[in-house]
Amino acid sequence: MRNTVAWSQREAAPVSSGDDSRASFAFARFRRRWTALTGAALGDDKRSAVERRLGSVMRAHDVSDLFELTELIERNGNEALIEEAIDAMTTGETSFFRDRAPFEAFRARILPELMATRGRERRLRIWCAAVSTGQEAYSLAMMLDEAARDLRGWSLEILGTDISGAAIETARKGIYTHFEVQQGLSTTHLLRYFHREEESWRVNEHLRARVAFGQFNLLSSPAELGAFDVILCRNAVTNFAPEARRGVLERLAGTLVEDGYLFLGDAETVDEAATSFTPTAHASVWRRRARPRLSLV
Amino acid sequence: MKQVLVVDDSAVIRKVARRILEGLHFRTSEAPDGKLGLAECEKMMPDVILLDWNMPEMDGLEFLCALRKMPGGTTPKVVFCTTENEIGHIARAMHAGADEYIMKPFDQNIVRSKFQEIGLV
Repeated sequence: MRNTVAWSQREAAPVSSGDDSRASFAFARFRRRWTALTGAALGDDKRSAVERRLGSVMRAHDVSDLFELTELIERNGNEALIEEAIDAMTTGETSFFRDRAPFEAFRARILPELMATRGRERRLRIWCAAVSTGQEAYSLAMMLDEAARDLRGWSLEILGTDISGAAIETARKGIYTHFEVQQGLSTTHLLRYFHREEESWRVNEHLRARVAFGQFNLLSSPAELGAFDVILCRNAVTNFAPEARRGVLERLAGTLVEDGYLFLGDAETVDEAATSFTPTAHASVWRRRARPRLSLV
Repeated sequence: MKQVLVVDDSAVIRKVARRILEGLHFRTSEAPDGKLGLAECEKMMPDVILLDWNMPEMDGLEFLCALRKMPGGTTPKVVFCTTENEIGHIARAMHAGADEYIMKPFDQNIVRSKFQEIGLV
């Protein structure tokens, strides 16, 4: 699973370059490339945040500003540098059981319903798209583990993906800081599913083995990932430009089974792909609408 | 508004904790060790106790065991807040009747998250 949009095609530098016009030009060029690569929209107000986030990348490559960094990327078509920029830009806020309510809805209502409707095939596939450093995927793994008695004999798959290779590497290791394991995670869960590794906490092996992680760009086709019963894509689609957002939501719909569930972030909707989903009783949770059947008259 | 008793021998920690808790809309009181903490509970049983482990006079675990034997002492939620962050310590505290456990250093996000876990926020 790799990023599929190439970063290429150079543009001319500004004719006159006062500090601010150079910075504005650099940001505009970076923004176009960034949107093409990731689908993410960057408003004018994000310039300082972008410069701050990319500060460590600029220092590591001995360039003084966004203009030089964009030049360096475009000059070399440097895949490794693009990866570094993505890692710096996309390390998202996340936590175990983030926002609680959607996870409670999954545990109390949606999982029991899926267990009832899939009782014959006894198979459940869950995709945590834009999983960042993995906390949401492990949260689901804990919930499935707690339902283990009722899920005996089932094939359970949890896949976590993110555009950032560094985030996925952290997720795979399952090593979290003192602060991270105290965000959203009860002490009961901490004792049951984690152990100390030096100053950090690591997810126990039996839980890590239940989650697979891979790098994936949501602008790509997820067809190779197969069909899912549940997709969590929380607090990610809001970052996309409207047209890219529609594409992402349609692709997520395409990979959900017909009665499957899509979990978005609290402030997110499926407006751009409303015909593919129907609302549920749970905020920020949508259900895949049945695909229209072709009929021969 | 719920009442939180902060039991910690560090005046700085008590001050920081009270500021965080008041920001989360709790009323607060404080005690510098377990013995004086129990005296506070005898006067008025709080809704929640934020409890350090290592203190002079009576440590947090002794306080918790004594509290749970007091009339009304099973009612307050007890959240340990301590530098003791080995699994063995955490398990002992939970086994003794603590409701949640905060490892120092802590901040407002951690306090809010742990208080959410026990239905207080």
